[in-house]
Amino acid sequence: MNVARYWRTEKTRYGLVGETCRVCGKPIFPPRDLCPHCTEAGQDLRTFGGRGEVYSFAHVTDAPAGYTEYQPYTVALIKLEEGPLLTAQLTDVDQSDVRIGMPVEMVTRKLKEEGENGMVVYGYKFRPVMHE
Amino acid sequence: MREVSIIGIGQTDVGEHWERSLRDLAVDAMIAAIKDSHAERVDALYVGNMLSGELTAQEHLGTLLADWGGLGGTEAYKVEAADASGAAAVRLGYLAVASGVHDFVIACGVEKTTDADAETSNASWTYGTDAEYEGNQGVTVPSMAGLLMRRYMHEFEVTHDRFAPFSVIAHANGVNNPHAMYRSPISAESYARAGMIADPISMFDGAPLCDGAAAVLLCPAELARRFCARPVRIRASAAATDRLAVHSRNDPLFLQAAQLSAQRAYLQAGVAPSDVELFELHDAFSILAALSLEACGFAERGKATALAGEGAFDLHGRTPICTMGGLKARGHPIGASGVYQVVEVTQQLRGEAGANQIEAHLGMTQSLGGTGATAITHILEG
Repeated sequence: MNVARYWRTEKTRYGLVGETCRVCGKPIFPPRDLCPHCTEAGQDLRTFGGRGEVYSFAHVTDAPAGYTEYQPYTVALIKLEEGPLLTAQLTDVDQSDVRIGMPVEMVTRKLKEEGENGMVVYGYKFRPVMHE
Repeated sequence: MREVSIIGIGQTDVGEHWERSLRDLAVDAMIAAIKDSHAERVDALYVGNMLSGELTAQEHLGTLLADWGGLGGTEAYKVEAADASGAAAVRLGYLAVASGVHDFVIACGVEKTTDADAETSNASWTYGTDAEYEGNQGVTVPSMAGLLMRRYMHEFEVTHDRFAPFSVIAHANGVNNPHAMYRSPISAESYARAGMIADPISMFDGAPLCDGAAAVLLCPAELARRFCARPVRIRASAAATDRLAVHSRNDPLFLQAAQLSAQRAYLQAGVAPSDVELFELHDAFSILAALSLEACGFAERGKATALAGEGAFDLHGRTPICTMGGLKARGHPIGASGVYQVVEVTQQLRGEAGANQIEAHLGMTQSLGGTGATAITHILEG
């Protein structure tokens, strides 16, 4: 039932595909029809590099329905090297090691399973940078 | 535009109402508001609610409550703005009366979270975030507040314990509110010991989801004294929005919508923050109380916790907040909280606040949707 809904945002979730505004030149993530900075329409697709740093984080121990089997997990605001902030889970890291400013890189991971006959949803998460 | 007054208020106890349904609670509050005034008719009903469809499979809420509330035939709608739904209902009621279209309007906020299990109500509350780019990542509303709190602690070099006064004040004031969910004080020491729900957000940083309903009856100020001995004037009503997703905001630690709506309200009422004698703010999380105070001009950026520590926001401080317990101790029945705030300021301005009565003629409310993407501010005069 939700196939189309997830398919629409596939490129964004798998490849960090965002946009550059043709009018003001600013990077945009996630992509949207009107530039959030100058409100003009008209953007070119761009793929973000997937490197950034932790801007803030919180450890979820009281997960919502659909995510309880994964708790505890850490959600974070990631500041991409190109500028935009995004919201994502951290992965492959001990919660006690997470710090603001920690360099991270994007990886593709399972976000959730929607029951036995539902979608398995994949998307971006971020882990500490493995090699410079 | 006509001046608008509050001539009736009603509220149910806030808590876990296993024996009362969504409609029972709302009708209780509506009837109480009508009885509190001497109004003989109601022209319109606006219902503030966030999750009736998700948690109780009930939409078409305006019509249901007009029907069960004995207002058959009355124009009625539900309005939704996440946690600020109740304040949005008050604002729509204000606009309807101010415009001259309606004379007697009820704004009722209601939420029934305990008809679903905790994980489901927790998940549904998250629907106020960006579903595709925040909700999809498994965030919770407490964890969104946690992202703000962690960054605030980092940027302003504030430790977690400095947020204790917000919860301590709320609980101290909740003790004397017979409608409050929690009527026991807490200490800074117990705040420091509380378990984490979304580290750095602890049990004592967050307001409890629960059930409740509150209602106000509005009419033109020129008619108000016929129906109420102590009408309370709505001196300002203002709303604003910010980017929905926290990651899309230019500065996540500055609640732009809160500032915009407060500035619009100050302008309309012709007052400054220093004229406001009590402030019922949106303390769904202690960090939101701090950010709201800073955005509305009651504290400089990064200084709200220090001011709180000096007693500025205590019941008898410079600008009392959460005078009947706030969201933290009175409880946070999501779409009802914005109406509870208006009811509580009305109680204060009428001199009906009991042991928590303060000497005040001008009070302000501000309700936030989510982590501040919607902000609705009212200034009341009694």
